[in-house]
Amino acid sequence: MMYLIRRFILLITTIILVSIITFGVFQILPGDPIRTMLGTEADATQIENLRSELGLDRPLYEQYSDWMKGLLTGELGNSIRFSMPVKDLLFDRLPVTISLAGLTLCIVLIVSIPLGMFAARRQNKLSDVSLSTVTQIGMAVPSFWLGMMLILYVGMRFDVFKISGYIPWTESVSGALSTLVLPALTIAIPQIAVNFRYVRTAVLEQLQLDYVRTIRSKGMSEQNVMYKHVLKNSMIPILTVFGLIMAEVVAGTIIVEQVFSLPGVGQLLITAISNRDFPLVQGIVMYITVAVVMINFIVDILYSVLDPRIRLR
Amino acid sequence: MKMKKSWLLLLLTVVIGLVISACSSSDDGGDTASPGNKEGDSEPVGEVPQEIVVRVNDDPDFLDPHKATASISYQMILNIFEGLMAPETDGSLKEGIAESYEIAEDGLTYTFKIRPGVKFHNGDDITIEDIQYSFDRLMGKSGGEKMSNNFDNVASTAALDANTFVITLKEPNSNFLYSLTARQSAIIPKSNDGKHNESPIGTGPFAYVKYSPGTNLVLKKNENYWKEGLPYLDKVTFTFQSDDQAAIMSLMANEVDLTSVPWQRISEVEGSHNLSHQNNNSSLIVTFNESKAPFDNVKVRQAINYAISKPDIIDSIFEGYAVPLGSNMSPAMGDYQKTGLEKMYTHDVEKAKALLAEAGYPDGFKTKITVSSHNDMYSNIAQIVVANLKEIGVDVEIEVVEWGIWLDRVYFGRDYQMTTIDLTGRASAYEILNDYISTNDGENFFLFKDAEYDQIMTDVLKETDQANQIAYYHRAQEILAEQSPAVYIADYQIIWGSDKQVSGLKSYPFWFHDMSEVKFSN
Repeated sequence: MMYLIRRFILLITTIILVSIITFGVFQILPGDPIRTMLGTEADATQIENLRSELGLDRPLYEQYSDWMKGLLTGELGNSIRFSMPVKDLLFDRLPVTISLAGLTLCIVLIVSIPLGMFAARRQNKLSDVSLSTVTQIGMAVPSFWLGMMLILYVGMRFDVFKISGYIPWTESVSGALSTLVLPALTIAIPQIAVNFRYVRTAVLEQLQLDYVRTIRSKGMSEQNVMYKHVLKNSMIPILTVFGLIMAEVVAGTIIVEQVFSLPGVGQLLITAISNRDFPLVQGIVMYITVAVVMINFIVDILYSVLDPRIRLR
Repeated sequence: MKMKKSWLLLLLTVVIGLVISACSSSDDGGDTASPGNKEGDSEPVGEVPQEIVVRVNDDPDFLDPHKATASISYQMILNIFEGLMAPETDGSLKEGIAESYEIAEDGLTYTFKIRPGVKFHNGDDITIEDIQYSFDRLMGKSGGEKMSNNFDNVASTAALDANTFVITLKEPNSNFLYSLTARQSAIIPKSNDGKHNESPIGTGPFAYVKYSPGTNLVLKKNENYWKEGLPYLDKVTFTFQSDDQAAIMSLMANEVDLTSVPWQRISEVEGSHNLSHQNNNSSLIVTFNESKAPFDNVKVRQAINYAISKPDIIDSIFEGYAVPLGSNMSPAMGDYQKTGLEKMYTHDVEKAKALLAEAGYPDGFKTKITVSSHNDMYSNIAQIVVANLKEIGVDVEIEVVEWGIWLDRVYFGRDYQMTTIDLTGRASAYEILNDYISTNDGENFFLFKDAEYDQIMTDVLKETDQANQIAYYHRAQEILAEQSPAVYIADYQIIWGSDKQVSGLKSYPFWFHDMSEVKFSN
């Protein structure tokens, strides 16, 4: 219980700090949201009208405290650029990003764990060395370039894949997949490489331990040794990395949504920053902060499920 | 066994997450639009779906036509709204919602007869009250803020009867009719007050369906459009995609039916797509802050005009798809353009050096060119400027800033030395040239001051004869060439790439994707 309360206080502190920093950054950064939005065609009357309509002519502390009050009641204020509630914009975009992150994660898990175990069992053999080399390359590939290559050599060649836009699952499952597979692969490939190496190392460590020799000598099948005992005990170090990978995936969506013109939260964030739309940026940053903190929290809980010793500490 | 459970749990979590996200995606079918002419679509032969996807660089700033200011907004929303007058492709005006109009002898009273049978998208007939309401709203007479400065010269507006509307000016203004197109004064229904931005209603060929920020704007056919037989398209989707290169790929993959094509990539779509060339009617300029030395000296500005090679820029950046300019007026403006000025400054290093020496800078000077990053074109031009000016001893440093910062610092803040930008085209010669009037604080970011120029621009508004107006505008352009508030580089063409089946695209001397006559044919 104490542990939960501590976590909660930490969460609130993080959110307040993040909000102050994002709010402050936009006051320091040059560039005015109103002028950026209206461009060179606007006359002074239009600029001033909009500024007072949006309450941007009020003192900063007032703007900030209003926003914080709104936050407590679940209101994130209005976007300057899109003249609509930040909440609505976020809810519109979240399904896209969650779908993309979810699909990416599935791909990472399904590919990297069996591969890592396979390589660990064949340590220093040709297959292990070549897999390690390939993943070394996979880690080094910049995702925007990878995305471009996938568009050029896969998306443009096969009608099955769409190279821009998003089709909701409710409309067509195959349609949704056709828009998500390539972007998900773009984020997944470097992450598969990272996770593969961790799985391989963790499994190798376990294989050197005495208990493995003991259960093998008792005549347990190799299948059972690997999946029942070794993998389970390897999960703790893997889980630690898994939290990091999740954060990487969330960050990866930001770039990849740009490349594939996917209308997700990441694309919205880029638009919001370049438009100096600070209510929107703050809203999105809050969402990312909460998402990352929650992921870490879930990882902690999973730890204690996997390793009862952690619960006793 | 335990292990399997936790795995299942993890997978289950992911699956539930996906399902929740799938269920929470509200959708009414308007989210996606894919041109129905992709190979593999089972369309019956002979029936081409009349649905187009047009790629646009950015979202509209507002859908409310009285609030919108960005040209990109009008590119789309001029399909929804109409004004008393309507633009023609050659830059002239014709009647729009007004069936006919008369201008009194004194140039002060404008009388409009309203076209019968014009309906709003909600099915209501347009009434004189709606027209009165639209102008009151723009002028801030209905209790709200003034929304435009275009009508400061209006003394009064009145409805003479159910279909006659009169506007009286304080002073004659030969440019006033240009304030009556949908871009400046769209006619909108009074019944929709307070909802013009979230659910806009107009009388144009297409009606608003749905706007998804950052994704697209969907319009549908206006079944009651007053022009017989138009429009042909059932659905228009403007899809927002900022990246030119990605847009070209979408065009090739048949996900988009119409987009502008970067000049360097024209060869890739030639043959497989239709290409149409549009004279942009913009003026691409390299300009200076004329309030500070050395650019307050006309000889320095002329020297730079001689030093910068327009053909270099036109060939390397626009692949030749541009016409050189001599002042702030493009050939797209027809008779209003004074021809021959583009020959005034040909690339001449010696002449440039001599002029610099006369101005007191025999060894050149150091300066900085500040350019916006929102289009690569500007930094590419800056590089050529640096190379050209090096030849005459002027050492230029390039500073690339975000669009928002450029607007803040250069355009509004006037805190810069040199910059390059293209000034968007307008249909009216006056609105193109008024940027250089010394009292036009909003637009004269060059801080150019010339008494003769100011006088001409004042006089031309009082002139009712078109031939005399043209003479005034020609003299104004000569002054710009002589005084060189900028280097007038070129009006570049926009090359539109479209699906082979698309026809009926019209191009205007300003940004407008007119969809009213566009159709797909086999």
